[in-house]
Amino acid sequence: MAKFFATTIVVIMVLSAIPIIRNTWHPLPNISAHGQAIDDEMWGTMIEAGISLLASQFILAWFIWKFSVPPASSAKLDKAPTLVIEAKSFPGGATGLVIAAIILVGMEVLALGIFGIKSWASMYFTQPGADALPVQVQAGQFAFYFRYAGPDGKFGPLHPDLISESNQNFFGLDPTHDQDAKDDLVTASMAIPVNREIRLLMHSKDVSHSFYVPALRIHQDFVPGLDLQLHFTATKIGKYEIVCSQLCGLGHYNMKAYLDVMSADDFDKWLKQQAALQ
Amino acid sequence: MHDVSAHAAAHHGPPTSLIRRHIFSLDHKVIGKQYYGLALVAVLIGMVLSWLMRIHLGWTNAHIPGLHLLSPNGAPGDVMTPEYYLQLMTMHATFMVFFVLTTAPFAAFGNFFLPIHTGAEDMPFPHFNMMSFWTTFVAFCVMISSFFVGDGPTLGGWTQYAPLSAVGSVSGPGQGTGVILWALSIAIFCVGQLLGALNFIPNVLDLRCRGMSFWRLPMPTWAWFITSCMGLTAFSVLMPACIMLILDHVGGTSFFVPSNLVINDQMQPHSGGSTLLWQHLFWFFGHPEVYIAIVPGMGIVTHVLITNMRKPMLSHRVLVYCMAALAILSYMVYGHHMFVSGMNPVSALGFSFPTLLITIPSTIIVLIWIGSLYGARIRLNSASLFALGFVSLFITGGVSGFFLAQPSIQILLHATYFVVAHFHFTMAIAAIFGIFSGTYFWFPKMWGRMMNETLGKIHFWLTFVGVYSIFMPFHYLGLAGNVRRYQAFVVDYMQPLIGVHRFVTIAALLTGAVQFIFLFNLVYSRFRGPLAPDNPWQATSLEWSTSSPPPFDNFGGRQMVVYHDPYQYGIQSSMGDYVLQDSPEQVKSAHDEP
Amino acid sequence: MNRNHKRTLVAVAAALGLASVAGLIAGNRVSAAGSGSITGTVKLSGSPPHMKGIDMSKDPYCVKQHENNPAKMENVVVGADGGLQNVVLYISEGLSGPEASATPSEEPVVDQHNCMYVPHVVAMDVNQKYKVTTTDQTTHNIHPLPAPGTGNIGWNKSQPAGAPPIETTWKAPEAISVKCNIHPWMHGWHVVVKGPYAISDASGTYTIKNLPPGSYTVTAWHEEYGTQTQKVTVAAGQPGKADFTFKAK
Repeated sequence: MAKFFATTIVVIMVLSAIPIIRNTWHPLPNISAHGQAIDDEMWGTMIEAGISLLASQFILAWFIWKFSVPPASSAKLDKAPTLVIEAKSFPGGATGLVIAAIILVGMEVLALGIFGIKSWASMYFTQPGADALPVQVQAGQFAFYFRYAGPDGKFGPLHPDLISESNQNFFGLDPTHDQDAKDDLVTASMAIPVNREIRLLMHSKDVSHSFYVPALRIHQDFVPGLDLQLHFTATKIGKYEIVCSQLCGLGHYNMKAYLDVMSADDFDKWLKQQAALQ
Repeated sequence: MHDVSAHAAAHHGPPTSLIRRHIFSLDHKVIGKQYYGLALVAVLIGMVLSWLMRIHLGWTNAHIPGLHLLSPNGAPGDVMTPEYYLQLMTMHATFMVFFVLTTAPFAAFGNFFLPIHTGAEDMPFPHFNMMSFWTTFVAFCVMISSFFVGDGPTLGGWTQYAPLSAVGSVSGPGQGTGVILWALSIAIFCVGQLLGALNFIPNVLDLRCRGMSFWRLPMPTWAWFITSCMGLTAFSVLMPACIMLILDHVGGTSFFVPSNLVINDQMQPHSGGSTLLWQHLFWFFGHPEVYIAIVPGMGIVTHVLITNMRKPMLSHRVLVYCMAALAILSYMVYGHHMFVSGMNPVSALGFSFPTLLITIPSTIIVLIWIGSLYGARIRLNSASLFALGFVSLFITGGVSGFFLAQPSIQILLHATYFVVAHFHFTMAIAAIFGIFSGTYFWFPKMWGRMMNETLGKIHFWLTFVGVYSIFMPFHYLGLAGNVRRYQAFVVDYMQPLIGVHRFVTIAALLTGAVQFIFLFNLVYSRFRGPLAPDNPWQATSLEWSTSSPPPFDNFGGRQMVVYHDPYQYGIQSSMGDYVLQDSPEQVKSAHDEP
Repeated sequence: MNRNHKRTLVAVAAALGLASVAGLIAGNRVSAAGSGSITGTVKLSGSPPHMKGIDMSKDPYCVKQHENNPAKMENVVVGADGGLQNVVLYISEGLSGPEASATPSEEPVVDQHNCMYVPHVVAMDVNQKYKVTTTDQTTHNIHPLPAPGTGNIGWNKSQPAGAPPIETTWKAPEAISVKCNIHPWMHGWHVVVKGPYAISDASGTYTIKNLPPGSYTVTAWHEEYGTQTQKVTVAAGQPGKADFTFKAK
C-alpha cells in the first residue's frame, strides 16, 4: 500500500506538471509595455515554486515508500507486536531543517520580494507623462462606459443626480450647462492608440467593480467614492477584452467590454465616427 | 502544579435527565459531538450546493430536474438563474468556512479532547460551553432561514464586500433581507466562538493536571490553544463589523457606503462611508480565520502521524513556535487580499513581505513532518493515510501561495480560479483531510466502536485522487485568466476553457459521491462497529488512559498525574514501544527536549 | 415545449371556467359595461427629439441581432403624421361600481427581444396578471423599481434563455420604470392604472373599451411629456372622443 501511495503522489505530480511545462494553459500574450516584468516574475516564481513542489512531494513519496510497515491485523490492534526500533533520525535533525528552511526560503523570499517591488513600482510609483491620453472609465451594474475629453481636452463635471441609463446619460453629464461636457464622447467600448501612454481615470457609479485586462497586465478594483488613476501603454494592435473581477451582483459574469488597440490614424477616425453618433 | 479540585466549576454531577444528557448537556464531550453533528449537516449542505454550482458551470442553463422545488424563484423551469448561482456560491462558502472548517476541527474535536488532554474533568465554564454550541446552532438556523425569506439568501459572496452588501435589495436579489440575516447569523456565530475560546484558553492555562507542564501538552491541544487566541481577536472584530453592516441596512447609518451612488438610475440615500473600511475589518478577521481553519488540522495531523510513525517528531517545540508564528503573522498579512482593491500601492509592499515570511514557518512545519518520516515505521491506516494526504495537499496549496504573495503577480491572478485552487487546497481540502484523519483516529474514543478500515481506505484513495482532479485544474484556469464567481463564461477568451470546467464538474460529482462511503461507515460503525479497546492505536496521550468512550468526568474520578512527555514512542517499556503519559513507569527516553 | 403546451391548456381551461363563473354572477351588467368606448389620437407637436443610437457592443449577441436594423432609444416614438406612440390613456375620474374594480382576465405580455423591451411601454390594471417573456439567447434581468410607499414592492429576477415567463401583478397604480442591469440600455415602463386603459399605437390612435355610458376624465401619460387630462362623455351606442397633443420640449 505504501508503494501504491508513493506512486500515486508521483503520478499526480507528474500529470499536474505536464500542462505547465507544455504551456497548455497560459496567460494571454502580453501587449503592454510594463507587462514583461510581471511575466518574468511570474515564470521565475513558477520555476522556484515548481521545483519546491515537486521536490517536497517526491521526498514525501519516497519516505512513505521506504519507511512504511505492513498494517497490523485490525482484530487486535492494541496487542499488535511492537518492535522497539533504533529510531534513525533525519540527518541534521530539527535544527538542520530549521536552518535550511530559513536560509533557502529566506533567500527565495528576498529574491521574489525584491524582484516583485521592481515591477510593482514601475506600474504604481511612476507618474504618467504629460502627453498621456486621458480616458475615463465608469463601472456600473453591469457594464463599463468610457469617456473621452473631446477636442477641448477637458472632461465636463459629473452630476450623479443626472445619471440616467434610460436616457443614455451614463455619466450624468450636463452639456447644456457645462461647456466642458459639450464635446465629451461617451462610448460603450474602449479604443486606444497603440504605443501611446494612456492615463486611465477610474470611477464607479454604484458598487465595487474591477478593471481586469489580462492581455494588458492591468488589474485594478474600482472603489466607490474614490477615483483612482492608472497609466499604461499598449504595444500591439488588436481587439482585447476588459472584464470585471470583483463580484458586483447578478450580472457580474457578463460585465465586460472590448478594448480596441488601433493605429493613431484609425483612432482619430474612430473618434470622429463616435462623435457623429453622439 | 495545578489541582483540579480547586476549581469548583469543573465539578458537576453526572446528568440524569435525557435533556441534560443529550441536548442541553454541560459535558464537553457531548458538546463536542454536537458540534461534530452540526458540521456534518453543514458539510452535506455545502457539498450539495457545490454540486449544483458545478453542474451549472459545466453545462450552463442545463435543466437540473427538481431544482425548481428547491427554489421556485431561483430556478424557474429547473434552469438556474445567475442570482441563484451566486446565492448558492455564497452559502456554500459560508457554510463551509464558518459551520464546517471552524466548528469541526476546532470546536468539535477541541471540545471533546482538549479537557481530556489537559487531564481536566470538564471545561472551566461548562454553562458557557453549552451556550457556545447552542448560540452557534441558532446562527446556523438563522443562516438556513435566509433560503426561505424574501428573495433568498445573499449573493454577495462570503466576503460581503460593501457597498454591494450595504445598500439593500436595489443592488440585487437577497441583498436586503438576505444580507441582514447573513450578518446577523455571523454576528451570533462570533458570540458562540468567543464563548468557546473563553473556555479553551483558561482550560489550558489553569486546568492542567498534576505534572502536565506546557511542553507536555499534546500537539492538537497546542493547536487549539493557539487557535482560541486567534479566534478571540478575529471574531471580536468581525462581530462589530457585522453589526455595522446591519445598521447600514436598518439604522440609517453609512459606515460602508460613500455618497453619490447611483444604482438602477436611483441616487442612494447614503453619504460619507468608506467601502475599504469593510474590507479592512473583514480581512483582519478573514486571514486569521484561514489559520483558525488549518492550524487545528496541523495539530491533529501531527498527533496522528506521531502515533503511526511510532516515533516523535524531530521537534515538537519548533512546531509549536511555528504555529504561533503563523498565528501572529496572520494579523500582519491580511492586506494581501486587497493588493488591487484600491489601497495605497505602497502598502502592498508592506503586506507582501510578511506574507512571503509566512512561507518560512510553513516550510519548517512541512519539513519537520517529512523529515520525521525518515527512519520511522509508518503504519498505514485510514487515519495516517489522511494525515499524509494532508501533508501532500498542504504542500500543494502552500506553493501557490508563493505566487499570490507577490502584488505584481496578483495583477494576473487576483480573483481568478488560481486563488480558488490555493484556498481550497489549504484551508478547505487540507483542513477536511485533517477532520477525516481525526475522525478515523478518535472515533473509537468518541463512540466506543471501531470504524471499518477497508471502507476507510477506499474512502481515502478515491478522495485523494478526486480532490487533486478537482482542484489542480483550477490552477490552469487561473493562469488562463478565468475569473472566479462567474456563473457562465460569456467572455471570449474563457470559452475554450469550458472543457476543463466539465472535467472538474465530473470529478466533483464523483468525489462528492465517494463521501457517502464515509457517511455510511460513520453511521454503521456507530451502531455495528466492533467494540473499541481503550487504546486501539497504542498511543500515549491522556485520552488513551481512560475508557472508550470516557465516563462523564473523563477519568472515572481519578486525579490524573502525568509523568512523561506526550509522545514517548520508540522506547522500551512494559507496554511495548511506547509509554502512556500517566504511567509512572520509568523509561529511558532519548527524546526529551531540554 | 410539451410542458408549456400543457400549462397553456390548463390556463385556458381555468380562464374559461373563471369567465363562465364570473358571467353567472355578474349577469347582464357585464354586457352593459362593454357597450361604450373612448377613442382618439395622440400627437406630438413640434420636432421630435433626436433618439440616440444604442451601442450594444458589450454583448455580441445583441450586436448581431441589430446588424441590419440599428437600435435606438424609444423614449419618444413618433409616427409619420405626428402620432405619438406609447402613450397610456386611462380613466382617472368617473368610474364607479364593478367597472372600477373588475380585473381584466387577458394578460399583457412584455417580451425581451433583441435586447430591447417589446413593447417599450406596457399598461395593466391593478392586480391584473401580466407576463414577461424572453426570446433572446442571452440572459436578462428584469428590475422594476417602484417608488417607496406606493404599496408596490420592487423585484429583480433574471431570465436565462429558455426560462419560463415571469407572471406577476402590481398592487397600486403607478408608472414603474423597468430596467435590465445586464444590458443597461434596456429600459421600459410597466404602467399600472385603475380601470380600463389603452395604449396609443404607431399612428397615435387608441380606444378605451368596456365603458358604461357616463362622463369621464381621461388621462394621457407619456414618459417624457407627463400627463394631460380631458373630460369626455360616453353616450349609449356612441363612443366618446378625446384627442391629445403633447408639445415637444
